[in-house]
Amino acid sequence: MQILRILFLRLLTTLVTLAGVAVIVFFVIRVVPGNPIAMMLPPGATEADVARLSALYGLDKPLPTQFGIWVAGVMQGDFGTSITTRQPVLQLVLSRLPATLELSIMALVMAVILGGIAALVGTRRRGTGTEGAIDIANGMALSVPDFLWGLILILVFGVLVPVFHISGRVTPSLDLPFTTNFYLFESLLRLRFDLWADIVSHMFMPALALAIPLAAIIGQLLKQSLKETMNLDYVTLARTKGYGETRVILREALRNAALPTLTLVGVQFTFLIGGTVIIERLFSYEGLGNMAIDAVINRDLPLIQGIVILFAVIFVAVNMIVDLLYAVLNPRLRHA
Amino acid sequence: MSYLSIRNLSVRLKGGLPLLRRVSLDVAAGEVRGLVGESGAGKSMIGKAVLGILPPAAEITEGEILLDGADLLRLSPAERRRHIGATCALIPQDPLTALNPSHRIGPQITDRLVDILGWTRADADARARALLAEVQIPEPDRVLRAYPHELSGGMRQRILIASAFAAEPKLIVADEPTTALDVTVQKQILKLIAGMQARHGTALLFVTHDLGVVSKVCQQLSVLYSGMVVEDTPVRDFFATPRHPYSAALLAATPKYTDPSAGLNPVPDAVIEAVRAEVAAFDRRAAHG
Amino acid sequence: MLDGRSMIRRRAGARLWLSALWLGLLCLAAILAPWIAPKDPLAQDLFLGRLPPFWISGSEPGYFLGTDSLGRDVLSRIIHGARVALLVALVAGTITCVVGATLGLLAGFLRGWVDMVISRFIDIWMAFPPVLFSILLIAVLGPGLISIIIAIVVIDWTRFARVVRAEAMAQGAMDYVASARVAGRGRLGTMVREILPNVLPTIVVLLTLEMGIAVIVEAILSFVNLSISTDDPTWGGMIAEGRTSIHQAWWVLVFPLITLFLTVLSFSQLGEGLKDRFDPVLR
Repeated sequence: MQILRILFLRLLTTLVTLAGVAVIVFFVIRVVPGNPIAMMLPPGATEADVARLSALYGLDKPLPTQFGIWVAGVMQGDFGTSITTRQPVLQLVLSRLPATLELSIMALVMAVILGGIAALVGTRRRGTGTEGAIDIANGMALSVPDFLWGLILILVFGVLVPVFHISGRVTPSLDLPFTTNFYLFESLLRLRFDLWADIVSHMFMPALALAIPLAAIIGQLLKQSLKETMNLDYVTLARTKGYGETRVILREALRNAALPTLTLVGVQFTFLIGGTVIIERLFSYEGLGNMAIDAVINRDLPLIQGIVILFAVIFVAVNMIVDLLYAVLNPRLRHA
Repeated sequence: MSYLSIRNLSVRLKGGLPLLRRVSLDVAAGEVRGLVGESGAGKSMIGKAVLGILPPAAEITEGEILLDGADLLRLSPAERRRHIGATCALIPQDPLTALNPSHRIGPQITDRLVDILGWTRADADARARALLAEVQIPEPDRVLRAYPHELSGGMRQRILIASAFAAEPKLIVADEPTTALDVTVQKQILKLIAGMQARHGTALLFVTHDLGVVSKVCQQLSVLYSGMVVEDTPVRDFFATPRHPYSAALLAATPKYTDPSAGLNPVPDAVIEAVRAEVAAFDRRAAHG
Repeated sequence: MLDGRSMIRRRAGARLWLSALWLGLLCLAAILAPWIAPKDPLAQDLFLGRLPPFWISGSEPGYFLGTDSLGRDVLSRIIHGARVALLVALVAGTITCVVGATLGLLAGFLRGWVDMVISRFIDIWMAFPPVLFSILLIAVLGPGLISIIIAIVVIDWTRFARVVRAEAMAQGAMDYVASARVAGRGRLGTMVREILPNVLPTIVVLLTLEMGIAVIVEAILSFVNLSISTDDPTWGGMIAEGRTSIHQAWWVLVFPLITLFLTVLSFSQLGEGLKDRFDPVLR
């Protein structure tokens, strides 16, 4: 009963949040100066042409009516039609979503690996210069945002030692046999490792740029949590059983120390996804973020709306997944 | 020959305060030695030094710890760990914090058998079941699959005792094993430890501040004050004729189980001053020598 | 205890001063830009396009860090770019701080419906990707310095509001607040006189960090070509141009990038250093 109540309240606040996002985006972008319809028409179009097209997109009605029409459409899965490409927004957005998801997840994996290693090594060598060096590296990684790391990576691995591709998602000349837009996963499933390598080589730098700040956060939090856990009684008891330090850290401390880190990583992961917008632009990676910036520049109102809502849905979903994971990993909650 | 022999062991906080002052004591195979003293006297520190789990801020400055003839302090850290793991075990003070909350009970009893001593999983599981029966836990299958938070404090302490005896160690350090428990459970646990010790013939280093407990469980006794052993004696002699004035005062301060009306007699200031002077004299000698 | 870690930590005290030094130099450069910049940052000369920096053969004297594809002096543009960057940092940072901290303080201290409304807005704001939000706002407001400042305030007030709210709640639960109320101080008086001073160190640290963020936001916006007019030199604009000619003239990207990197790092290290100063127990 209690759990159902909490779940219900949680769902309710989530809906309020999403509705809030929808309202704000809708009204903010209606204030955009410059008539998007005028931009669509060839030079020399008449006032009548503009009026006709405005009517077609419903832009001639008062704002609240427009909002009503839009919400009614969204309820039926219709996010409107992109003004620039004349394609349904939902279709456009969903075609780009896999690229952004793959990039975000790859970045998350990199961040967990890098941050985890930093935390484990820092804990293993606590009190030494190694730990100090890790602290300083963490501090640096945390101070500088993904945008700058992206530029630095471009310089280092794109120009100085050109080992990775600096733009795009896949080499354009390659013949792609894919049926979905999850290139990374599908290339693996189809055992096309040549394509997979090409895709990873394109993703590596943008993913790493996104991963570095998150890795630093994971490294810092997890190390602190590990160090606290290492002083607990059950860890001491494990030491008397003959386990080595590394074994004790991995077997006894890591799982319990990871739990408090997990919740914070959830929030930070949404920041990472938000960061894909500029990182995709920087690496000309064909994902949602890049599309969003184009949409803003082209004043493609329905598309902007759709993308922002989608991002909000992803953010909310990530937070919920983290809560679920926390419950699964914590035996105390699982059995309660 | 004694199984554990500590010779002139000194421990201090790194760069300062002495915690143990040239402590010497022996535990023969199968013998129970009590370590008593007020909090801060260093009694737990001795057990921790033996098991190699001194806090990082503490360091051993001199002495030897001979375990089964090998000086622990001369072994490499890895050798020391293996030697301790194969021959010793700890019954910790607080059963609520001494079990890993994210592991099931079963592996926490058998982990050492499988990982360190190379038993098969099946053998280890059978052993765990037998041990749970020995510490009188019903429904062993359910308990082995349970997580610590699903069990009561008394249950958990029984499990920790079972886990300590799992590998048939030669020496067990019991660090105030009943302090954190309800008074009603304390007696049962104490009886359990004493019974298991007798059956398995394990040597026991029993850290406690409770002389009543000592009289029931121990054969030998070391009384500590401020990190110094002020008396080392068979328990029977101690209760009959304590030699050191501090021991005598400590004994007098303990409420008589036989005569509760006698009330508490705190250790007199004069005795405390005398024993403090002794410690100071020791430190002066150590500084000059 | 004298271990490796504390040695490094002690050296870390220097980072506060190094950061302050770099930011101080940058401020001087920004103020004195018209007098110390060797060239006119807008002067184009197609015959002097893509000159390398001074230590590489083919460089021209006077063009210390080389020129971009239009022959504009990189060093002079960096110096002039500092003006926009620092102006945005100071003005946007301060306004964001005042707005966000006020709302956070109100929510955390008054609780009740005020807190509910403000918290709900914070939740909604957290569901926006900030970069996209800022680009959207600039598109709405039109490019320009004022628009950038408004965008930063609108987006980042939650950074202050969230932390200050939590802090004010914690302080509000303490005994000294209750005793101030008992002593007859009004709600607003208690908030300003009792709570605010205790939250102030946190606010100052956040403000320092926010200035670094503002610099980055400005750079990102000029990178996607939505900042102030394209002629005015900005670091982000230079980086955007350098990104396109990275294989022909790396210096157009590298020098503004280093400047931006050091500036952002300095702001954040200054913030971290101040955090250490204010709260020795915290770390």
